[in-house]
Amino acid sequence: MRLWLAVLGMGAVTYVTRAAPLLFLHGRRLPPGLLRALRLVPAAVLSALIAPELLQPGGAVELGWGNLRLLAGIVAIVVAWRTRNVFVTTVSGLASLWVLQALVG
Amino acid sequence: MQIYRLEPNDASTPEPSRRSELLAGARAVLAILPSDLPFGLVYGAAATAAGLSSVLAVASSAIISAGSAQMIGVRLLGAGAPVLLVIVTALVVNLRHVLYGLSLFPRLGHLPRRWRWTLAYFLTDESFAVVATRPEAEARAANAHWFMVGAGLALWISWLTSTALGAFIGGRLPASLSLDFAVVVTFIGLVVPALEGRAGVIAALTAGGVAVFAGALPLRLGVIVAAIAGVAAGVFADRRRT
Repeated sequence: MRLWLAVLGMGAVTYVTRAAPLLFLHGRRLPPGLLRALRLVPAAVLSALIAPELLQPGGAVELGWGNLRLLAGIVAIVVAWRTRNVFVTTVSGLASLWVLQALVG
Repeated sequence: MQIYRLEPNDASTPEPSRRSELLAGARAVLAILPSDLPFGLVYGAAATAAGLSSVLAVASSAIISAGSAQMIGVRLLGAGAPVLLVIVTALVVNLRHVLYGLSLFPRLGHLPRRWRWTLAYFLTDESFAVVATRPEAEARAANAHWFMVGAGLALWISWLTSTALGAFIGGRLPASLSLDFAVVVTFIGLVVPALEGRAGVIAALTAGGVAVFAGALPLRLGVIVAAIAGVAAGVFADRRRT
């Protein structure tokens, strides 16, 4: 009962965060300056999700050769840039990490 | 990648049909499944470990449909936290969806109410990543919202299936597979090709840098702070140039 209640409540508040702009701003025109800024949101949000995972895998910033996730991430960035293919990027990034882990461990 | 010619007033270049948009959305998700499936497996295992039944574990993926909030939520529940605290935590963790909704508003804001209610349910990190990084020309097509339905449905099916698998086979996946890293490289694959111009690159680098230093903020608030800083830096760079 307690668990179901928590899940239903989490679902409700999560839906509100998703629906708020789409429901409340309907029919309004956003100013052009804001529209230009919003176009940068995907690049900014996704980078904000990626960077800490690469630079501080254990919680603290690690910039050395010992940070295998950073190395595999750099491989993924190069592959993404050259191939522009998500699937190839994911597989080569993950495979690089496995290879590096095998070499080190 | 398909390139559609989009001239709204030109009858000789037909718009892609609803069906082709729906399928294009589902196909776009196929490319990111290697990262989506492991996350569901890990969540399913974490949920049952925290005391949720397999049924509730799968139901929670349908009801909440937000991986990171679910992970944090079940950890709190497993530790005996009060229900209200868990709900408020989910709200704060998911505030980034407001940014997603704002960002997609120019593309979805004109749709009828029932469409906006439906698409809001499908607005996740992954669907946003796929929809928002779509080339502008394709995203402007009249049926482009069907692309988001296709992507959302495909992600929904994979999220529920993988949660169920995780709930049943439990924590038997070796940690050495580092499956959590798959999400990171998938986002790299989506964001790098979509970076447009100097402003985009500056926004990405700033947001990434700030996220590292704002990581100490609780409840993933660092992501929002970093995203806003990145956007501001990108806008500033654009202004100085023009």
